[in-house]
Amino acid sequence: MKDDLDETSGAELSADEEALLREMPTLGEVGQARRTFLGQTLAGSMGLFALMLMEKEQALAALAAEPGAVFAAAPALENPVRVALKVNGAAKTLEVDSRTVLLDALRERLEMTGTKKGCDQGQCGACTVLVDGRRVLSCLTLAATLEGREVTTVEGLARGEELHPLQAAFIKYDGFQCGYCTPGQLCSAVGMLEEAKRGDVSHVTEDVTAPFKQLSDDEIRERMSGNICRCGAYPGIVAAIREAHTGRESARTWRFVEEEELARVRKELEADETV
Amino acid sequence: MPRYIGKEMSRVDGVAKVTGRAKYAAEFRAPNLAYGFIVLGSVAKGTIKSIDTSEAERAPGVVRVFTHLNTPKLGPKANTEYAPPRNAREQDKSFRALQSDRIYFNAQPVALVVAESYEQARYAARLVKATYDAEKHTTDTEAVRESARSPSQGPPPKPRGNPEEALKTAAVKVEAEYRIAMEHHNPMEPHAAVAAWDGDRLTIFDKSQEVYSVRRHLATTFGVPEANVTVVSPYVGGAFGSSLRPNYYPALTAMAARELKRPVKVVYTRTQMFTGHGHRPYTIQKIALGAERSGKLTSMIHTAVHNTSTFEEFSDNTTGFTRQVYACPNLFAPTLIAPVDLPTPTWMRAPGAVSGMFALECAMDELAYKLNIDPLELRLINYAERDPESGRPFSSKALRECYRLGAEKFGWKERRMEPRSMRDGRLLVGWGTATGVWGAFQSPASAKITYRADGTAHVTSATSDIGPGTYTVMTMIAAEYLGNRPEQVKFELGDTNFPRAPAQGGSQTTSSVGSAVHGAALAVAARLLALANQDESSPLKGAAPADVEMLDGRLRLKRDPSKSVQIPEVMRRNNLAEVTETFESRPSEERRKYATMAHGAQFVEVKVDPDLGRVRVTRAIEVTACGKIINPKASHSQEIGGVVWGIGMALTEATEIDHRFGRIMNPNLQHYHVPVNADVHEIETIFVEEDDTVVNPLGVKGMGELGMVGIPAAIANAVFHATGRRVRELPITPDKLL
Amino acid sequence: MRPFKYTRASDAAVAAGAVAANPNAKFLAGGTNILDLMKEDVERPNELVDVNRLKLSEIKEARGGVSIGALAKNSDTANHPLIRRNYPLLTQAIVAGASGQLRNMATNGGNLMQRTRCQYFYDTAMPCNKREPGTGCGALEGLNRIHAIFGWSDKCVATYPGDMANALYALDAVVRVRGSNGKERTIPVNDFHRLPGDTPEKDNNLAHGELITAIELPKSNFAKNSYYLKVRDRASYAFALVAVAAALELDGGNVRQARVVLGGVAHKPWRSAEAEAALAGRPASEESFRRAAEAALAGAKPLAHNAYKVELGKRAVVRALMRAARLV
Repeated sequence: MKDDLDETSGAELSADEEALLREMPTLGEVGQARRTFLGQTLAGSMGLFALMLMEKEQALAALAAEPGAVFAAAPALENPVRVALKVNGAAKTLEVDSRTVLLDALRERLEMTGTKKGCDQGQCGACTVLVDGRRVLSCLTLAATLEGREVTTVEGLARGEELHPLQAAFIKYDGFQCGYCTPGQLCSAVGMLEEAKRGDVSHVTEDVTAPFKQLSDDEIRERMSGNICRCGAYPGIVAAIREAHTGRESARTWRFVEEEELARVRKELEADETV
Repeated sequence: MPRYIGKEMSRVDGVAKVTGRAKYAAEFRAPNLAYGFIVLGSVAKGTIKSIDTSEAERAPGVVRVFTHLNTPKLGPKANTEYAPPRNAREQDKSFRALQSDRIYFNAQPVALVVAESYEQARYAARLVKATYDAEKHTTDTEAVRESARSPSQGPPPKPRGNPEEALKTAAVKVEAEYRIAMEHHNPMEPHAAVAAWDGDRLTIFDKSQEVYSVRRHLATTFGVPEANVTVVSPYVGGAFGSSLRPNYYPALTAMAARELKRPVKVVYTRTQMFTGHGHRPYTIQKIALGAERSGKLTSMIHTAVHNTSTFEEFSDNTTGFTRQVYACPNLFAPTLIAPVDLPTPTWMRAPGAVSGMFALECAMDELAYKLNIDPLELRLINYAERDPESGRPFSSKALRECYRLGAEKFGWKERRMEPRSMRDGRLLVGWGTATGVWGAFQSPASAKITYRADGTAHVTSATSDIGPGTYTVMTMIAAEYLGNRPEQVKFELGDTNFPRAPAQGGSQTTSSVGSAVHGAALAVAARLLALANQDESSPLKGAAPADVEMLDGRLRLKRDPSKSVQIPEVMRRNNLAEVTETFESRPSEERRKYATMAHGAQFVEVKVDPDLGRVRVTRAIEVTACGKIINPKASHSQEIGGVVWGIGMALTEATEIDHRFGRIMNPNLQHYHVPVNADVHEIETIFVEEDDTVVNPLGVKGMGELGMVGIPAAIANAVFHATGRRVRELPITPDKLL
Repeated sequence: MRPFKYTRASDAAVAAGAVAANPNAKFLAGGTNILDLMKEDVERPNELVDVNRLKLSEIKEARGGVSIGALAKNSDTANHPLIRRNYPLLTQAIVAGASGQLRNMATNGGNLMQRTRCQYFYDTAMPCNKREPGTGCGALEGLNRIHAIFGWSDKCVATYPGDMANALYALDAVVRVRGSNGKERTIPVNDFHRLPGDTPEKDNNLAHGELITAIELPKSNFAKNSYYLKVRDRASYAFALVAVAAALELDGGNVRQARVVLGGVAHKPWRSAEAEAALAGRPASEESFRRAAEAALAGAKPLAHNAYKVELGKRAVVRALMRAARLV
């Protein structure tokens, strides 16, 4: 892998790995719920989970090449293209097969697997990243086209130790379950909020000739529809974006039935079988 | 009072997931990794006549091309827990790749190209040229419907009472036929494996809902002891049933890695997923309901037919819950299967139940209209106080409360019975309801806890977390019973180095693995009690394990907390830095005396544009009675997921086959429509907790499936209420409402 | 994806020359469609000439109308004040398509070049005359719920999938093209795409090596009364079953002139001269709109699975006109 990268990017890689071992980042302000949120997620220390996974990977990393391992005769790069770009602020120089899309360059070459491959066809949004601040699909972006561009991935959203407000809000509102679409949702949301700030309209904007005013829930839903979440965490995603955007907390949409209420209902049911 | 159980907690793996640091199967690194790309066939049935790999082999970067001609014969396939019901000693007949020239289904793998880079493998895969001796195939379940039969395993379905006779004499009858399109799980994460051999020891990172079954499968496949195989699956990017069984790719990946003596990675493309892990079968259901004028059911005949493959029997037992939902003396509810030339279907979220309940709950709605009885009222009239199938009492069942509370919250009283009677401007408004039901399952499971003197604990179990929040819930349970804080608990899963756990399927993880974690924590406390009581002056002298609890580093008497010992002190005295206990939990004997089930009432509002046929689900309420809720936040997300899946099934999802070719024609996310954000609106959950001491020590029932079960029926019923059109064929796309 | 040579063009002449010189070369703009098709081995260029750096993304007033650069991104085009103010129909059409991410990538020129989403075209194991002339049309007697009801031939029943072009047809846009010899020509957008006939492999009338440089919109009197309606299988991020670009120039309560273009029904955006004629001079009323809708769909020839498009098309035309006239 080293041969693909210049000195600076090589160093960057190990810095990224070091970051995995770092302690829990302090969490950014999210609405007024910072305190409770902090309390709830301390157990989710980034260091802890990263560490667990690194142990598993290390077992493999230590594997020496087996005698007799089969390699291709000419593994050289075909139609190589040299690209200098920035990824999350760090300069990278890559020499890629012209066929390499940004998504595979990130995952397979730069070992930044935060950006996800869901369909590889522009049909799910899991691979969303920001290029020069705009949300795009990395599966349909040739790495070769990125000379001089700045790429931001999910790994670059947190500021140092501090989660991006959207990251914190996604945790707070449970805007994910399996977590696989989440990096794409987050990058998409960052880009989408910029678009809204700029006054861009959407398919559900009633009057496209008028200045765009309010990012309603329906606007968020439409604008985030290019990011499929198969777990169906859409309501949490919308609530998280709403709060990151307005600072307004959303009411819970679940509740327990209290004992008294249950007692009342049971009594009523005894008296009257109808509903 | 519990400190954590029943209180909302954000996911402990949340930070890892929002920062991109959670690692999924394809993301593990291995030195000298080669990339495999699968080549799919193009006929539905027959044999491979020739396969020309020469051009592919000459392509730059190609290491080897595997076909049935040069792939070593793999050992027998072990039957896994989630195999279709059959004799356990019988060999698993599920499909495996490149083992013969036989073609069983279209888009079957016929080669694996391994190359130095992904781009090279993908390109060379296009250069493999196969020719076939095609045979006449059948992929249309409708065409073989008449020859459908009962699955050969399991008891043949028996009628209860005399349903035919009762139907004949019923005062009111409803007879209808319902269809559900074939569906695919489409988790966001494509199935993937990274396999590496070290001599005859295999490590494989795999997307799996059950690492132990993958281990067993690979051990028998390669003729190595199970102990030699390590399966690791810490994060699963959704699965919904598609990773319950070892699919064909783990063995394929491990085979290539073994042959090439270097690590290999294989990732399904989205298209390959459509024939790579099974599907929800195409299902035809015929229902006949007979009732008295009062609404009391007198007969239920519910027959389901769905496809299976030609090489393997699969049944999702579509009609299973029909036998247990309503009190009815006369019933016959068989599920029949018909083999076609497609991959074997498999379990897909709320398998069987959601399909069967779609038909049954729509038929109940039709009956309600025929009787002119409120649909909810009709369900109460036929409420089952005991399990109608076994006659046993329910361990708990607060369904009646669910109906009532849901109706109140939804405003059901305001509903006008007559279709097309409610409007919102140009839009027609419809309100529909249906019952949700699922079993409160439990399987044997083990967990191991290492509790340290500093109050931290390491908890492991080889379960998985495909999204429901298992990491978090197990952390909460451990912290609750170890008396420490969740951040002091490190829970790990998805690794065959951990104690055995069942598949994460059937909504049984919290009941099974949670009981094991609970048991292991109690075992730690018991051990500490024994250690404490070695000291003559222990204030806990004479206490039994059940009398004590751990809290904040102390072991104390429950009824008199002033009597306690400092745990670090006890451990220090015994020269122990840590205490380790492994516990296996099993379903209790007590359970057998009861029917153990989870229930729910589900209400939806739709708005239909009558001109354009567009349906929007604008409101959904899930009222859920499934025992004790451990983490309401994650449980609510499960319910939301159930609604979204229900919307997909009801309105958008269908796998389309061109039966001339026997080929799936929309194996992608542009034509297979899963719901997007704009399809989903308000979803609310009301938890009616049940105090159930029978199901398991924690009193929990699962909810991953439950939340979906009634939704498609509720939506279809709401569409009827809005439009007056009874669509009996899912999905209800705009063209069906014109 | 086959190996290909990648070149980054710095000016249009070099780009056009490079593509013209190699029959297997293609331009690369936003890449949102061609890369997907290359991964599927449907498109097989051995050279991609990246035109993204060319200065062709300006959106400016020109000749009383507006000229939009071929390389302007869809999202920038939709949100440009000149477009939103003067051609809201185009804004609506663009934002009805794809997703925010894709619209940030896709260019206007590329959008015109978008290929069909027919399932048989995408699957190299299936017959498709558009992909492999002479292999037959898989959809003709296969699954054709999403296929054409107008202008199809027994060689091809595919539809043009885009949204933007439907509005461009309604707005009488002109496509400005630069030939490999450096000469420019203009093509009225209505003549840009082709019907399949016997050569479905040709989507449009561009010659190899010709590069779209701009799309010109003449001055429009439709800004006040236009509407883009899209009916699809889910609420967003899906191709149209039927779409309608409707534009009216009203004179009091009467229609002075009208544009009715249907999307998702033919191999190209289907402008209905019949509907437009039926509307001209008539009162802007539901009744006239119904007559226009009948006229628009009168010549439809549905296939086995898409007869619904005829009725849906009628209703969509009525609704779009009603919205355009602000009657609903």
